[in-house]
Amino acid sequence: MSQKISPPDKPLTDRIRPEHAPFDVAEYERAGGYQALRRALRTMAPQEVVALVKDANLRGRGGAGFPTGVKWGLVPHGPDAPKHKYLIANGDEMEPGTFKDRLLLEGDPHQFIEAMIVAAYAIQADVGYLFLRGEYHLAAQRVQRAIEEARGRGYLGRNIKGSGFDFELHLHTSAGRYICGEETALISALEGKRAVPRAKPPFPTVAGLFGRPTVVNNVETLCNVPHIVNYGADWYRGLSRTENGGTKLYGVSGRVCHPGAWELPMGSSAREIIDEHAGGMRAGLRLRGFLPGGASTDFLTAAQLDVAMDYDAVAKAGSRMGTGTIIVLDDQTSVVAMVRNLEHFFAQESCGWCTPCRDGIPWAEKVLDDLVYGRGRPGDLELLEQQTRLLGPGRTFCAHAPGAMEPLQSALQHWRGDFEAGIAPAAAAPAIAGPATPEAPRPLSEVLETTPMGPVGEGGR
Amino acid sequence: MSSKRATIHIDGQAHEVAAGRNLLEVALELGLDLPYFCWHPALGAVGACRQCAVTQYKDAQDPSGRVVMACMTPCGDGTRVATQDAASREMRQAVIEWLMTNHPHDCPVCAEGGNCHLQDMTVMTGQAYRRYRHAKRTHRNQDLGPFVAHEMNRCIACYRCVRYYRDYAGGEDLDVFGAHNNVYFGRAESGTLESHFAGNLVEVCPTGVFTDKPYGADYTRKWDLQQAPSLCNHCAVGCNTYPGERYGRIKRIENRYNEAVNGYFLCDRGRYGLAYSNEAGRPRQARGPQGPLRPVAAIERLAGLLDGRVAAVVGDRVSCESLYALRALLGAERVFRAAGPAQLALEDAQLQLLRVAPQVADLPRIENADCALLLGEDLLHSGARLGLALRQMTRQRGFAAAAQAHVPTWQDQSVRLVAQQQRSPLHIATPARTGLDEVAATQTRATPRELARLGWAIAHALDPQQPAPAALEPALQQVAERIAADLRAAQRPLLLTGAACAEPALYAATAAIAQALVACGAEAPAVAAVPAAANSVGRALFGGAGLQDLAAQVEAGRIDSLIVLEHDLAADLGEAGLQRWREQLQQLAVFDALPGPTWEAATLALPVATIFEAEGTLVNYAGRAQRHFAVHPPAGDARASWIWLCGVAEARGQSLGPTLDALLQGLAEAEPALAGLRDAAPAADAGGLNAVPRQPHRYSGRTAMHAHQDMHEPRPPIDLDTALGYTMEGAQGPGRDTPPALRTAHWAPGWNSPQAINKFQQEIGGALRGGPAGCLLPLAEGSRAAAQTLGAGPPEAEDTLRLLPLPDLFADDALAGRSPAIQARQQGGAALRLHPRTAERLGLATASRVRIEVDGEQRERPLTLCADLAAQCVGANLARCGLPAAWAGRPVRLRAEGGA
Repeated sequence: MSQKISPPDKPLTDRIRPEHAPFDVAEYERAGGYQALRRALRTMAPQEVVALVKDANLRGRGGAGFPTGVKWGLVPHGPDAPKHKYLIANGDEMEPGTFKDRLLLEGDPHQFIEAMIVAAYAIQADVGYLFLRGEYHLAAQRVQRAIEEARGRGYLGRNIKGSGFDFELHLHTSAGRYICGEETALISALEGKRAVPRAKPPFPTVAGLFGRPTVVNNVETLCNVPHIVNYGADWYRGLSRTENGGTKLYGVSGRVCHPGAWELPMGSSAREIIDEHAGGMRAGLRLRGFLPGGASTDFLTAAQLDVAMDYDAVAKAGSRMGTGTIIVLDDQTSVVAMVRNLEHFFAQESCGWCTPCRDGIPWAEKVLDDLVYGRGRPGDLELLEQQTRLLGPGRTFCAHAPGAMEPLQSALQHWRGDFEAGIAPAAAAPAIAGPATPEAPRPLSEVLETTPMGPVGEGGR
Repeated sequence: MSSKRATIHIDGQAHEVAAGRNLLEVALELGLDLPYFCWHPALGAVGACRQCAVTQYKDAQDPSGRVVMACMTPCGDGTRVATQDAASREMRQAVIEWLMTNHPHDCPVCAEGGNCHLQDMTVMTGQAYRRYRHAKRTHRNQDLGPFVAHEMNRCIACYRCVRYYRDYAGGEDLDVFGAHNNVYFGRAESGTLESHFAGNLVEVCPTGVFTDKPYGADYTRKWDLQQAPSLCNHCAVGCNTYPGERYGRIKRIENRYNEAVNGYFLCDRGRYGLAYSNEAGRPRQARGPQGPLRPVAAIERLAGLLDGRVAAVVGDRVSCESLYALRALLGAERVFRAAGPAQLALEDAQLQLLRVAPQVADLPRIENADCALLLGEDLLHSGARLGLALRQMTRQRGFAAAAQAHVPTWQDQSVRLVAQQQRSPLHIATPARTGLDEVAATQTRATPRELARLGWAIAHALDPQQPAPAALEPALQQVAERIAADLRAAQRPLLLTGAACAEPALYAATAAIAQALVACGAEAPAVAAVPAAANSVGRALFGGAGLQDLAAQVEAGRIDSLIVLEHDLAADLGEAGLQRWREQLQQLAVFDALPGPTWEAATLALPVATIFEAEGTLVNYAGRAQRHFAVHPPAGDARASWIWLCGVAEARGQSLGPTLDALLQGLAEAEPALAGLRDAAPAADAGGLNAVPRQPHRYSGRTAMHAHQDMHEPRPPIDLDTALGYTMEGAQGPGRDTPPALRTAHWAPGWNSPQAINKFQQEIGGALRGGPAGCLLPLAEGSRAAAQTLGAGPPEAEDTLRLLPLPDLFADDALAGRSPAIQARQQGGAALRLHPRTAERLGLATASRVRIEVDGEQRERPLTLCADLAAQCVGANLARCGLPAAWAGRPVRLRAEGGA
């Protein structure tokens, strides 16, 4: 039977050996793998697993932080529930600056597979999909091999380990759109349709993939589940420094000494993550601000570095925990150009369904572009502020545009002077109508030379 | 939809409305102006464009509320919104500003200008200045064929085109490509749009991306078009239309909403088949043997004929007024229908079916049916608008599933999500593949006679009192039982058939199924059948013998003079047959709008107005009498046949007219059973002293239009026959209670596009304000005899081969087929079609040309094999293949070319 394992304090990454191939199924089993699955199948009713996850206060790691157990509880259960239900792992990790799910899938694919089976058992899904970012070739290869190994050992397929529970797991590699991270757009894409979000209600938990009840969970979220089953809700909550349970994969990118991702107690402070784990800023640079949870979160400033990185504290500080992967802004990178680059990304990745997002973000991007090159006009900042308000929550069909506006609105608030500097001194254009005095076009080289800030990416040279 | 009421508050005003409907629909019904793009009354709401933003408050105490989309917000009791607050107004204006970032400033050269929903909504939101100073995205346009022009730079990405074309009309060759602000609505590559309903894109598109191509090539601004309520006469559905005229030319046809007939859409034949009216070669002068005649002389000559041995033959598009006038002049027994024995039987079967039908299937009854049987008829060709309705019927099961999941019917995206592939059963039993097969529960291929036997098997399965057909194939028997079970279980069963296969037994079988359903205690079905032409039912109501009897009289020399009313006899007799008749007869008087062999052979030819130039009443497939009004007066001496005939009556001292109302009064007195024809539209005095203007109040250039001919402005024509006037004076719009049958436009202040229709409806998608346009004739008062057992007999001998007429929406015919756009749309179809198995049996498997023989006459035609066709028949579009109409349904012999 199972060997006695001492509870790890970094459960998600415990079995990951950097620079080495991941555990195969035998190694994974020897390291205590698939014990949670056996325990769940043998000793727990599906509803008990749901209750346990609720109790552990596991919250979604994909960005919104919705309580996982609550989501599972919304799926129709019992004898009257539809025959087919789906579980989808969202591995379409396209948030700029985010690379945590990749780490988990490449480093410990069996952990993910076990998590999928346990979660599927909890909601009684019979088919699961990993919707994986298309560029994650290595992860795809490793997960596919692990799926085959798991199937060979009877962890997937019909009547898993004699429990009477059937579950099949498929890998789907995305054709590549950021919007596929939005769960309903992901479902549309998985059905072979355009990756366009759907109206809610009905929520996917009631009518999702092919109209059936469907749960979409982030890869990291799911990977916590076997450990909660193994060691219990109390242990899980105890891993955290705050109310939100468990550990969290935090990441840092930007011009720090050691960019990377680390599993740390939930609620570790941004300062600790950046200074201790990422090694602080590179020589000669000072931290000016940071995006705490990926590109679609509000900037926090150097003064807010001590914020505990959990859902509630970051929200209180005026941003969102998001994916927990920090992007650092230093004092020698143009914040305007950085935001311009982000808006370029968000404009490109708009699905084109609703007007504000489709046509509003590109406009913001173009105004920012003018500001970067010193071609801004009076009124541009007010225009940008108006866009951040009008592309806010509720105004658009999904959360894409509101997310896109978060770095812009916070940057405008914190560093307005940087944006004002982009307004051309001679431009005395009236506030509404077109240019009163047409500008003579200047060669781009001249613009770049005389503009204090180049675009992001060139700043490091 | 639930009938529960809810009290909602809009801008502080309480309104009692139907609960559960969306706020946008409700606001529009209350007469409020709320801008929108992605919502369409027939397509439902998807919340994409964000244009209909309003502020919703939790309760009276909520100070700020939140901005929501009206189209996605259901009305509940206590729903509280503001439409005129700063936040929602700012949002609505911002949406226009965003849409305009890429929209070109080309209104002056855009065919949509003045007819443009985007212009209207822009003005409505007050967005007047452009702040966007950056480059606009540009697209390449496509050639989408002869009907629809494409200008993608104008696109505001409301997604209505693809939602209409794909989701609603079932087309597959138009889609959305790309992403973000570079979405492209078009085909994978240039090419003719395949849908039979592509022209509706012109009205569905809120701006000038999809515009009417022939109209664009002969263009006039909407506000310069003279309009009148008219009808499409290209098939028996009787879709309501608004043709627009300028400089004596019909420029375009736009849909005229009628909830019972065509709703929001037309087929492409109806929209683009107008060019015949503008042909330069149209006869404008009467002609005698010695050359042109003045009208008075022509009338006198015709009057003179009536004293001799005279007979008349009438076409199936002739208005009821003209039919009546002719019968009043000649006596009913001397008026013959231009129809062979089979056509005559079909026309009478149509009437009989209408009489025995428990209820006649109008548009809503077709769309809302939850189980349907289509027996024999390829609706997408023969009565296309009904085919589009039948496609909607398959969605009923999905709506029911959505309702169970608490998803309202208008929430289009979610309804489709819940519905998935669930469809209400549509059973298609036709001799050839139809465009609806893909959504059908069963598809059965058999000859028309065998399909009639299938129908009897269904009737027998429902009610054993009905005779069972002998020796039905087991496969057909099985299908019959399945269809019977579905029909029996249905809440709103629907039966459809028609005349296109030239098989009267299909009508008898359909009537038998209807009676069997009633007899077995199931829900009474709605029944409809599509006859051959626009006034087949009207002509059948007047009755009369057919061509066979007429031929006997002509050939026996019992007739000296023949009057031909709006029909080309060469289509029935062939040119040689026509010549024979001509030699038999002393006088041949022909009324027609277009020249043709019969016109050329005439000794007295009278030019007739087209449907766009005349008043008249037609009776559609459902027995609905509808009036069409002259859009403009005909040029030269052309006039409606009934006007000529009233003149003849006057010349003979008989009183028929002189006005339309007087004629209809006479009709009602002479034929009490048809008195209902009078009620198709209000009389000439309906408007009191004010005529309903045919011209918009912005009609321009009136004084200059004829200046190159005469400096004096001509006096406008005086219209004594109708309540309409050739004028721009007088009020239009929703404020004036013009009856729908008389409305010359759907226009309201601020609503210049076809979307203005919402101002004229009692309820979105529902009845028109002011009562229905047209009226159902009380046909059920006729005999309600049991269905004849026609077709319940044994199967035909296996070696019988019959000519199966295949209907073609874009066929060359006397009217629509003359339109260059329709001709350009025709694809193939000039070959005979045969099932490969039949070809093999006949030794024709490798033949590419064959000799076809009917009643001793032979023709040589190309042959193609077609697996999706019933065996035992030779399929042919008669017009495209150049075969006589009388051959339809006849036994044929086929031989390889050169064979003995």
